[in-house]
Amino acid sequence: MLNEIFIKPFADMVAAPDFLMQVLWEGLVSGILYALIALGFVLIFRSSRIFNFAQGIMVVFAALTLVGLYEMGVPAWICVLLTLGVMFVLAVVIERVVLRPLVGQPDIILFMATIGITLFLIGLGEIIFGGENEVMITEELGIPTGDTVLEPFGGLLILQHLDITVVVVATLLVIALLAFLNYTQMGRAIRALGDDHQAALSVGISLQTVWVLVWFIAGIIALVTGIAWGARAGVSFALEVIAYKALPVLMLGGLESITGAIIGGLMIGILEKLFEIYWGQPLLGGNTETWFAFVLALIVLLFRPQGLFGERIIERV
Amino acid sequence: MLYRTAGQFKTSYKADQALFPVRQDAILLMIILAFAWVIFPLTASEFAFQTLLIPIMIYALAALGLNILTGYAGQLSLGTAAFMGVGAYACYKMVTLMPWMNPILAILLSGVFSAGVGVAFGIPSLRIKGFYLAIATLAAQFFLVWLFEKWAWLYNYNASGAIQVPNLEIFGLYVAGPQASSVTQYFVVLGIVTLLTLLCINLTRGNLGRTWKATRDMDIAAELIGINLMKSKLTAFAVSSYIVGVAGALFVFMWRGAAEPNLFDIPLSFRILFIAIIGGLGSILGNYLGAILIVGLPVVLGTVPAALGIPVSSAMIEHLNIMIVGSLIIFFLIIEPHGLARLWALIREKLILWPFPH
Repeated sequence: MLNEIFIKPFADMVAAPDFLMQVLWEGLVSGILYALIALGFVLIFRSSRIFNFAQGIMVVFAALTLVGLYEMGVPAWICVLLTLGVMFVLAVVIERVVLRPLVGQPDIILFMATIGITLFLIGLGEIIFGGENEVMITEELGIPTGDTVLEPFGGLLILQHLDITVVVVATLLVIALLAFLNYTQMGRAIRALGDDHQAALSVGISLQTVWVLVWFIAGIIALVTGIAWGARAGVSFALEVIAYKALPVLMLGGLESITGAIIGGLMIGILEKLFEIYWGQPLLGGNTETWFAFVLALIVLLFRPQGLFGERIIERV
Repeated sequence: MLYRTAGQFKTSYKADQALFPVRQDAILLMIILAFAWVIFPLTASEFAFQTLLIPIMIYALAALGLNILTGYAGQLSLGTAAFMGVGAYACYKMVTLMPWMNPILAILLSGVFSAGVGVAFGIPSLRIKGFYLAIATLAAQFFLVWLFEKWAWLYNYNASGAIQVPNLEIFGLYVAGPQASSVTQYFVVLGIVTLLTLLCINLTRGNLGRTWKATRDMDIAAELIGINLMKSKLTAFAVSSYIVGVAGALFVFMWRGAAEPNLFDIPLSFRILFIAIIGGLGSILGNYLGAILIVGLPVVLGTVPAALGIPVSSAMIEHLNIMIVGSLIIFFLIIEPHGLARLWALIREKLILWPFPH
């Protein structure tokens, strides 16, 4: 038993380094998508202390809108623009109808409100687009679909072009976001609001504008994740579970930390793949990916209650 | 007018602290209990039992359990459904391993197992707070549901992977399984719910309840005045999970009749959280009001289009339902973040003072 837990998995890793690399690569691809979604959470949480549960359904909604528009005969790239428009309208409506009346309420109330938004969007999405599985318009968007086979250590390593594109696009998006947050006026306003609401308001930063903006950014992130994930697994409401995968990333990295979201996402993506392949499938009957990330994050939190990169929690009486 | 409290003098602290300091509250409760125990069983149809009365009771009980933890002790939990699952599976194992066991006893004991699991998953709450804790409880949610699926011993190695409630009887009367009548099941559910509600009302008024509330309001301050946080938080997890576990056992044995692991997935947890929040956190009455709204609304929405003669497909109704529930949650949060129980408290206040505004 001990052998199976502590020795055999590592022996397997050394024995087949090409397979290990394949596992790591797949972990990296999903990890970067988790990081991207977690980034959407973090932006909204920092600027408004709202734990946005609707992020997952926004992914589905964006992907469905894109595919739905394409099926109506709109050219692919115009679909993307129109979907961005829809996400912007959504951000404005959410801010105006839901968030503004709830300013200053306890965190849990705002959290519940985002679950309300989730339910509303699920219902709306199913009415407009139907509940069937759709195929993402991968080729029409010019995303390559072939694969490259490398042969490290005399083995096989298959890199899907789609995955490579995802990694490149996601990395570029993360860099663009960081640049936006650090070097533009609006970005600095978002960070200022995250640091101190009242101070930010008193120097003339508009809460409403920033909120619409962060929800719109979350919408853009949702669209990118929706395209990437939809191209791999099809577009359906099952995509919503991807939001749950971003939650342990947040715990691990810390709710306020942008670096934490990125590093946490990569860590969880890679570790959960490794655990599933080398421990989960042989020992536990597989499908451990549903809970592994949560348990990992839980263990980390026992030692660092604010996550790896979160702000130190200071409590006063 | 109906609620005039004039003339009801309190001459001792004991009278002031009584369960019903206002006589009308007691009378109102009597009327509700009379409806629940006598009038509904005599008049309700099979449909009403199965779609309204029994599920409302069970959901309200589960929400009550959650409310002890979240509303009274301030520990947000998103793993309610998994603890219901623990109760249901524990009950299933007990009645199949020991068929001679009294099924009601089995249901009441099954809560003990989920209390144990609840305490185990509650231990992180000693260090983790707020949303971090909420996500930590999701670990319980996903891990336990995975366990229900993979641990074949739990469902007696059924090929289907689901648990099927056998016929269970007490004194020759079937209380669970395909042969049990709805009225019997309703009385079993109502009996257990009444008992546990009474227990909760008194727990939350007593010493333990006050330590929970102190922990909720500010845990450091509570610790400073000498409250043992570990005891307070872990008892809240234990009591809450016990009630939730019993609700889970009732859910499967008295209502659904069978259960698959994914029945206890996260949507059920959220449903119960909605009930607790829309009803009002930190209130007992709220759970019932919330359950009536959340369980009753889809039933009402399902009958309205047919009554108006508008042809709507059943899938459409289901989608509309989700949308309407979502918007109602937002609506109620905006008009009254403290829930339906607060609305009733405001109405009662007005009734006591009526016809004067202040």
